[in-house]
Amino acid sequence: MSILINKDTRLVVQGITGRDGGFHAAKMAEYGTNVVAGTSPGKGGQHALGIPVFNSVADAVNQEGANTSVIFVPAPFVKDAIMEAADSGVSLIICITEGVPTLDVVEAKRYADLKGVSLIGPNCPGLISPGKSLVGIMPGNIFKEGSTGVISRSGTLTYEVVHNLTIGGIGQSTAIGVGGDPVVGLYYLELLIMFENDPETDSIVLIGEIGGDAEEQAAQYIKDHVTKPVAAFIAGVTAPAGKRMGHAGAIISSGTGTAKEKTDAFAKAGVPIASEPAQIPDLLRSRR
Amino acid sequence: MKIHEYQAKDFFTQYSIPVAEGIVCRDVDSCLEAYRNLFSEVVVIKAQVHTGGRGKAGGVKIAKSPQEVRQHAEAILGMDIKGFKVDRVMVAQGVNIASEYYLSFVIDRNSRSVVLIMSREGGMDIEEVAATAPEKIIKIAIDPLIGIPEFLARKAAFMLFDSFDVVRQAVPLIQNLYKLFTETDASLAEINPLVVTKEGKLIAIDGKMNFDDNALYRQPEVEALFEPDEEEKREQEAKSKGFSYVHLKGKIGCMVNGAGLAMATMDMIKLYGGEPANFLDIGGSSNPNKVIEAMKLLTSDPEVNVVLINIFGGITRCDDVARGLIEAFKYLKTDIPVVIRLTGTNEAEGRELLKGTSFHSAQTMSMAISKSVELSKNRGNK
Repeated sequence: MSILINKDTRLVVQGITGRDGGFHAAKMAEYGTNVVAGTSPGKGGQHALGIPVFNSVADAVNQEGANTSVIFVPAPFVKDAIMEAADSGVSLIICITEGVPTLDVVEAKRYADLKGVSLIGPNCPGLISPGKSLVGIMPGNIFKEGSTGVISRSGTLTYEVVHNLTIGGIGQSTAIGVGGDPVVGLYYLELLIMFENDPETDSIVLIGEIGGDAEEQAAQYIKDHVTKPVAAFIAGVTAPAGKRMGHAGAIISSGTGTAKEKTDAFAKAGVPIASEPAQIPDLLRSRR
Repeated sequence: MKIHEYQAKDFFTQYSIPVAEGIVCRDVDSCLEAYRNLFSEVVVIKAQVHTGGRGKAGGVKIAKSPQEVRQHAEAILGMDIKGFKVDRVMVAQGVNIASEYYLSFVIDRNSRSVVLIMSREGGMDIEEVAATAPEKIIKIAIDPLIGIPEFLARKAAFMLFDSFDVVRQAVPLIQNLYKLFTETDASLAEINPLVVTKEGKLIAIDGKMNFDDNALYRQPEVEALFEPDEEEKREQEAKSKGFSYVHLKGKIGCMVNGAGLAMATMDMIKLYGGEPANFLDIGGSSNPNKVIEAMKLLTSDPEVNVVLINIFGGITRCDDVARGLIEAFKYLKTDIPVVIRLTGTNEAEGRELLKGTSFHSAQTMSMAISKSVELSKNRGNK
């Protein structure tokens, strides 16, 4: 097993006729993901890369049985795209687009909640259940089937960590990038619960960074509720206060959201913290 | 993005939120003229800078005569507050304060919504109140699909004020501030203090607004108020080239793809005893032009004595990245040593291509970083 996506995932790509949407639709299909449809209003009835294109997500759900959507549309159109997907009958939406206005995400996320649909992102690399399904822009070939769950706010840093796990012989059940914006969908807590309940996940890697206090909350939750071994890494020890470090959410504001607060919280919860990504495989092995 | 107090108050006025009347001045004579025009014996002269703690720094003074206006204006104009030079002040009407409150809207990550924050501890640093007396802070998460209907504004106002006459004034103020917040894509709209005057009127004495950078494309009126400092200009220029850049004070220039990996690279430089000169995320792709622009940016910092390029090749393969780097360095003339670390897809092929070049190629992140720190230290000793 894995969480959120697997062999039964039937994916619709919103924005498949765009450059990024098309490129990654091809990459996902090549990896083995069931890419069943794309959408592009006005281009319904056409095909892109041999995949049928529909005018709406609802059409893709009705005609191709799509149950998961991935969004590549430009930032100004993301709010509408998330709401359209939430209204269409899919159960999971992954938004890759970066630069989305925060209030748009607040509104779209609330609408998705009302419809009982899960959202991942925006501004995220997506997720992968190695050997089963890849949704997003992650490079499939660096992953390996296995039983470690990975949760991260970052893209390439996740790849760095996963690369170290893979060459260290530790495969992954599912790896998820939750996104680097201040407001995004599924986060540490929801995903920790899913990994804790997934019988094929035996350990968890949590990759955090400066900004907000989600890592502190995760540390407390792990201490109270997670029985599986967890190892953590926090980026941004050297980040200056008040500056956005690339990700819109990676900022130390009013002295809070520092790396130290986060590593202290994990230390208090008994979660070992790697001082560099290459240490993570050993930390996990020592705990399993 | 930040704006000045007087600009925030202009927005308040546009949204019918009562403010203490004030006039912005850039020199002492204008301050004196403002004093005459305000018809108020007591005025407050306030530095307009993009930072908090103005009062503590001596940037806010009360004046009761033309002499005092002159004296304080002379002292505050040109003052340095946390590295910000004061080039304008606001001369604002004095107010008979009966009681002070705190009221703001802010984006809350945890509830993934806009939150109304209120406190009877007005005029204080709200983070300090939150840390020392969290029970004195009232938080109400706003449902974005409903906003703030009158009953909700009334409920909030009754939590903050005892007098129904003040509650009646607070209801539209709360609704209008929320409207302003959402219509301008703010990330913070703060009134601190919000005061009840001895005459029983509710007035915003100070105002602060920050805005969501991601939404500036649809907020031309807000964007027009952008006043970057020197660092921000540099960051802005980098941004126009597709980079995300933050300047630091060290000697090892870093070029990395991805924000998280860029932060981790900086952290490891520090861990290994070096000092990072910057945060630089160059994004995806192996385009040689991007590398050339990034190298120009890094080498324009005279402190930089080593450049470390740390690339994770995922979708973009490492051999393509290596070709891009070799191509880029045909056009770059620099005697600064460059350490390159490529990992990911086709990394062995990538490293093979870099053999025989002047680059220091390293296999792992720790090897690349210890090499960079060593080179930087050696050059620093010369």
